[in-house]
Amino acid sequence: MTTSVLDREPMTDTPAAPTRLLSAGPAAPGQEAAWNQFTKLPPPTRTDERWRFANVKDLDLGAYLPPLPFDGAVREDLLTRSRGVEKSAGRMVFANDQLLTREVFADALSRIGVIWLPLERAMTEHPDLFQQYFMREEAILGGQKFAALHASQVRTGTFLFVPRGVEIDLPIEAFHWLHGDNGSCFPHTLIVAQERAKVTFVDYYESADANAPGLACAVNDLWLGAGASVTYVCAQNWSRQALAFQMNATVVGRDAWARSLFAQVGSRHLRTESVSHLRAPGGRSDMLALTVADDAQEVDARTFQIHEAPNTASDLLYKNSLDDSARTIFSGLIRVDPGAQQTDAYQKVRNLLLSDEAEANSAPGLEIKADNVRCTHGATSGQIEQEELFYLMSRGISKRAAQKLIVHGFLQEVIDRLEAPAIGKKLAEMVQAKFAAHA
Amino acid sequence: MSTEQLTQFDIDRTRGDFRYDVKHEFDAGTGLTHDTIDYIVDVKGEPDWLREWRHKALDIFLAKPMPTHWASKDLENIVFGNIRYYLAGGQKASRSWEDVPDDMKRTFERLGIPEQERKYLAGVEAQFDSEAVYSNIKKAVGEQGVIFVGSTDGLKEYPEIFRKWFGKVIPTGDNKFSALNSAVFSGGSFIYVPPGVKVKHPLQAYFRINAENFGQFERTLIIADEGSEVMYMEGCTAPKFETATLHSAVVELVALKGAKIQYVTVQNWSANVFNLVTKRAIAHEEAEVKWIDCNIGSRLTMKYPGVVLKGRKARGEVVSIALANDGQHQDTGAKMIHAADETTSNIVSKSISIGKGRATYRGLVHVPKHLKGCRNNTECDALLINSTSRTDTYPAITVRGTGNACQHEASVSQISAEQIFYMQQRGLTEAQAMSLSVNGFVNDLVRQFPMEYSVELKRLIDLEMEGSVG
Repeated sequence: MTTSVLDREPMTDTPAAPTRLLSAGPAAPGQEAAWNQFTKLPPPTRTDERWRFANVKDLDLGAYLPPLPFDGAVREDLLTRSRGVEKSAGRMVFANDQLLTREVFADALSRIGVIWLPLERAMTEHPDLFQQYFMREEAILGGQKFAALHASQVRTGTFLFVPRGVEIDLPIEAFHWLHGDNGSCFPHTLIVAQERAKVTFVDYYESADANAPGLACAVNDLWLGAGASVTYVCAQNWSRQALAFQMNATVVGRDAWARSLFAQVGSRHLRTESVSHLRAPGGRSDMLALTVADDAQEVDARTFQIHEAPNTASDLLYKNSLDDSARTIFSGLIRVDPGAQQTDAYQKVRNLLLSDEAEANSAPGLEIKADNVRCTHGATSGQIEQEELFYLMSRGISKRAAQKLIVHGFLQEVIDRLEAPAIGKKLAEMVQAKFAAHA
Repeated sequence: MSTEQLTQFDIDRTRGDFRYDVKHEFDAGTGLTHDTIDYIVDVKGEPDWLREWRHKALDIFLAKPMPTHWASKDLENIVFGNIRYYLAGGQKASRSWEDVPDDMKRTFERLGIPEQERKYLAGVEAQFDSEAVYSNIKKAVGEQGVIFVGSTDGLKEYPEIFRKWFGKVIPTGDNKFSALNSAVFSGGSFIYVPPGVKVKHPLQAYFRINAENFGQFERTLIIADEGSEVMYMEGCTAPKFETATLHSAVVELVALKGAKIQYVTVQNWSANVFNLVTKRAIAHEEAEVKWIDCNIGSRLTMKYPGVVLKGRKARGEVVSIALANDGQHQDTGAKMIHAADETTSNIVSKSISIGKGRATYRGLVHVPKHLKGCRNNTECDALLINSTSRTDTYPAITVRGTGNACQHEASVSQISAEQIFYMQQRGLTEAQAMSLSVNGFVNDLVRQFPMEYSVELKRLIDLEMEGSVG
């Protein structure tokens, strides 16, 4: 990561014999320690509670190659396909961990103090700031090995620093493309919002070819200073053959409000880990996710709401719709540390099963070590109510269309919680497209 | 069992750490080896198949790791080498009333337990009256063809029924502690209820304890034949003075077509006991099994009564109350394995954590493929009394297919300050108000216990609540 990808042209020649990722070593000399850690850590086993229910056999990385080169035509194609919301403050587009473009659309991004750079430039231009926040929170939900892999391979990504009191109204977007067969990418997003800063950020994860096998291992970390407000959306639509990991840490300061939404549509096997640290009084974290799983997809989501200080709140809502032989896992924990009085924590997972082969696993957990708290969780698994279906069909809507409508309504509740209509529309389209492809 | 019988067997007492404590008539000494197993089998005069079975169980026990990858690390503090696995005969008189701690004596007084009874409850002396009561119950149910004997008698007198179900609901290798129990079990009940018989009296281990020494590794097997009904109660409602450090029971229930079994436990071990119990039932077509479970004592309790819903329309229920005080960890819960269409299950768990106590709910609900019309409902409520109290909830729910519905809800709260204020303003002390509030919290569950149990349960909760305020 010592040389900036901005300084070099995208590679155009194809190397003769591709080296596999597992024998490629770290991306840069500075990432050796992480590589060593990655190779040393054992692969996950099912007897590890943090991998309970998961199909750990699916996690073999042997087939994958380091980020692949691509040509100019691909570059043009991916740039035109990188369509986000109508009005954004700016966007960066990455493909196979190379920056394709960085565009500023709103003055807010050029304001004094705002740093919005590809990761490798932030590292060299703002080393202190970078070191202070880059992967400072350990992956504690079982994915250390994959976090180490990410740290050893990360080449670029978004670094966004919003200084004290600056509010950026329009969302900022980043597109990460995975191109080629068996290639890999390691998207990284690091957002630091200082006191009273406000920002909305959207990551789009997509594959150029919806059926190409590949590996994506992403990390996104959010840091909120006192009174800051960050809305983070991750729209994941990797190829149907991709193996993907996502690791998120959200650190919430005093009176700050973090809101994150993970929309999971793509991947063959997806593992997500999301941790909210409520580190100072008055902090709040809303953790949202929706999953549209079909075919033989496995979506394995682990969450952790850690209330480290008094008077903090967290509210988690994960909704899964499962069709065909899809499997989902939700394993979440609320922990209230001793002394974190007046905690208000909520956790809810809802599974909608649409086929007889689908399987939903839920393990919502609580660990409460303070007494003056309100902590509740709920998990439900069920199917479409026959009455609802009947009602819609009696209005002349076909069974198939009625089912889709109901599933949409089910997932829309999560999207609405964002209170960001433009992004919500984009997410709804993504869900719609998956349904259309399924029919 | 007599000493003559013992001398028939030539036991090598010098091998390994196998020691013989002469103070007791039959004592397998401390520590657990294959010699211990042979000793138990010889003393009890058990058949060869059981000897083999016990030896195999010991191998499994030794091979299995502690389940500390999910369970409390406190398990590592159990020193298996320091435990006596079999005692019989002279051990009853080994304690005197003077050995009973003062706080225990005060508790008995507060509970209004008569002098004679107190001594019994403290494990100091056998209660003579209860012998008669036990005989009466035995006579009444015996006329209906009900078999109600100790597990040792059961396997000797009714081998054809016993062997058919023994170890079938909970296989030896189910977990480390079921393997331990399988290796060294003694005591426990064997009950068989013939088809169509509805047992009016609850059958109580409380009374039977005196007839046969209730072990720390008891094994209970209850078979309710087609259309029969039975209620079984174990434990006692007053604090039991117990020097044992490990209690590891296995309880197997079989409810055949249309049968109903209710199993009531009130556990109140002293605070140095590891209470690691495996309880499971199989419910056949249209059968109903209900576990009513109350855990107040012990240092660490790990107990997750389960029902395998094997037949269509079977129903399983677990009602659980746990109260964890200082130094206690109540790790309790339920397992519901749905294995047939239209099976339903319900879990209601309420826990109270006082002082530094920790109450944990751990649950498993499994609805595998291609089933239709299965329903599960789980509710867990936890009440925290002090700022140092702790509670956890770890459910795991797996549902496959479109024909089923599961819901799980849990909440954690504390006693409302307004309620306490209101009651204090009406002249109650803070402690009284807290007690009342806690009793209110569990009231709907306590009412499901048999009358005499629920009354004493309330008193016990009052006692536990004492001194927890402020």
